[in-house]
Amino acid sequence: MSETSPPVDRLEGPSPAAEVALDIAKRGLPVLPVGMIIGAIFAELPGALSVAFGMALVIVNLLLSAALLNWASKISFAMVASAALGGYAMRLGLIFVAFWLVKDMSWVAIVPLGITIIITHLGLLAWELRHVSASMAHPGLKPKQSRKGPRPVAAGRR
Amino acid sequence: MSFLASTAAQVVELAAEAEVDPADAKATAGASSAGFAYGLAAIGPGIGIGYLVGQAVQAMARQPESAGQVQTTMFLGIAFTEALALIGFVVFILLKFA
Repeated sequence: MSETSPPVDRLEGPSPAAEVALDIAKRGLPVLPVGMIIGAIFAELPGALSVAFGMALVIVNLLLSAALLNWASKISFAMVASAALGGYAMRLGLIFVAFWLVKDMSWVAIVPLGITIIITHLGLLAWELRHVSASMAHPGLKPKQSRKGPRPVAAGRR
Repeated sequence: MSFLASTAAQVVELAAEAEVDPADAKATAGASSAGFAYGLAAIGPGIGIGYLVGQAVQAMARQPESAGQVQTTMFLGIAFTEALALIGFVVFILLKFA
């Protein structure tokens, strides 16, 4: 009679989501000055500052999402589902609050801010997806191994 | 959209009958329509993220050895799906505040 493996309900080890989010943030930093220059061309100083604010909003949003998933995956898979959906609603609310707090300030230009949020979010994700896809399809091409140790492993109930 | 437009038109007509400034009534109708639009735009990504996470959790439970790849794909999928809600949000702020 074959043994059944213990039920798996959580993960241990470093979260790949956190690695991906940090990677996205690192890619966003060199793009920031370029975006600010483009914003300044179209809307002067408010444009540049709004682009910086929009990019910061997107990067913080992704980092927060990864942190929530990382925290939840250490607890249980059910918590991952809760953190994903609850985090989605919470982060949308936080973005709205962040926008609401600055919308009347003199340095905010609404149109560059809105355009920056969409372009930065999609652009950074597409850039990261290209890197991740190459790593998955051809693991040997991955630039370097993670310094944080091995990939996460499943863990059974205690 | 036609529902929202007809509602906005009704609000403006009622405001005219009640001797309310039509510009104020139009702004009020615009604000409520923008809120409706943002709320509707958030429903689709919510369903998408729920489905995506459900399937990812199932995959991780079935194949724990590939949990790392599944979680990476899940995170990117969530972020891409969330872009739809962000587009709805940006359209909302452009309509309401720009």
